[in-house]
Amino acid sequence: MFATLSEFFAEYGELLFDGTIDTLIMTTVSTILAYVIGLPFGVLLVISAKNGIHPNPVIHTILGGIVNIVRSVPFIILLVALIPLTRFIVGTSLGIPGAIVPLVITAAPFVARVVEQSLSEVDGSLIEAAQSFGSSTIDIIFKVLLVESLPSLVRGVSLTFITLFGFSAMAGTVAAGGLGDIAIRYGYQRYQYDVMIAAVILCIIIVQIAQVLGDIIAKAIDHQEK
Amino acid sequence: MIQLENLHKSYGTGSTEHEVLHDINLTIESGEVFGILGSSGAGKSTLVRCINLLEQPTSGRVLINGFDVTNVQGRQLASLRSQVGMIFQNFSLFQQRTVLKNVTFALEIAGVAAPKRIERARYLLNLVGLEGFENRYPSQLSGGQQQRVAIARALANNPSILLCDEATSALDSTTTASILDLLHRINQELGVTLIIITHSLSVARNICDRIAMIDNGRIVEIGDTEELLSHPHSDILKTLVHNATIENHRHKDISSHDSVIRQDKLAIEDSLIREAQ
Repeated sequence: MFATLSEFFAEYGELLFDGTIDTLIMTTVSTILAYVIGLPFGVLLVISAKNGIHPNPVIHTILGGIVNIVRSVPFIILLVALIPLTRFIVGTSLGIPGAIVPLVITAAPFVARVVEQSLSEVDGSLIEAAQSFGSSTIDIIFKVLLVESLPSLVRGVSLTFITLFGFSAMAGTVAAGGLGDIAIRYGYQRYQYDVMIAAVILCIIIVQIAQVLGDIIAKAIDHQEK
Repeated sequence: MIQLENLHKSYGTGSTEHEVLHDINLTIESGEVFGILGSSGAGKSTLVRCINLLEQPTSGRVLINGFDVTNVQGRQLASLRSQVGMIFQNFSLFQQRTVLKNVTFALEIAGVAAPKRIERARYLLNLVGLEGFENRYPSQLSGGQQQRVAIARALANNPSILLCDEATSALDSTTTASILDLLHRINQELGVTLIIITHSLSVARNICDRIAMIDNGRIVEIGDTEELLSHPHSDILKTLVHNATIENHRHKDISSHDSVIRQDKLAIEDSLIREAQ
């Protein structure tokens, strides 16, 4: 055991710092890519819904089906099952790139549902008002739905980030690195609980920051009730 | 001029079919203030939404200035809608846009260039009495002010027709009177045809030249406002006029300051005094 905290950090500081950076890269990149895929899915789910601007039961059912199927597979299984696909896309199933592929695939349908939820909160009478002065479907998507739901969408981003943060710890099992990987290797395999506790504290701090930051931004840009 | 010919509207098909509008025939002259009176669920909202095609009629024709618009689509539909402004009971303002941007949005959709948008929006906000409110958000305004923004937005593209769907129903009586004043001015000064949906007799009496009484998706009575309200024929309008009279008596008892019904009150007071003598 270590006599002082400074000795502990001298020994493990760099490891924990690198782990934090790896986790942040994994989580941030996969959150962004998950939105690139999930956001259009969410928009399509909303506009093709029964009471949407362009009701289309076929598209709505197919999209909803895809989203539900991918969401039903537990992440740990997806992680292993996707190894061939991951190798095909990024050339390796290891490290950060290897973790990002399954993270994006598991998060995209989650994002689609989060976006769908946010856009559904937009008052239907606003869409009608926009239509009353001649807005097209594209106008309504980009100038009404996405603008009016922006604070809620921001909250969705921090929710997605935190969810992926948790999944990225599991991705540590494919040697992806990061705080989860450190906690498992040192805490579970080597019984070095101090390292594990330090990793967990870092996780708590990052999640808190993500949540508070999301709330602050969402509140700052929301003009609904002020 | 707006002509509705044999207009029908149903929702659903087969056994679940539900008729909302039945054989509506109506001509509204340019520059007129036309009231559509009826209780909730009578089909008033659906009827006016057939004019800007927010609702597609099941059958029948909608003609605006002699031009059949029933089946227009795409750019023609957008152009029709920019010519027919609309305001709503709950104002329907974009909460994440400032007052100015709510108005410029309608101009942006119509393809007006950015510098001109701001100029026009400022002129309109001035017209509705909201100069200095450009950078506020709707949530920072009172109901009456929000409806003024909505009116400015609806007038953005110089429409010849303004549809008012229960535009004063969410407002108190003093604010209602001031909004009706503004609508009256818009009709007089800009020559905009107003179509006023309301369930309120006092609103109809206050502003409408003519009224159509709607019940169960049918026009049951139509005529000049005064003529119709002093000699109602249909049971539903008789009941409405009767209830409004009782309501006025009650208002008198609690000495209300309702400017819309003030004249009615005075008339009743007159008759009470005469009775007492």
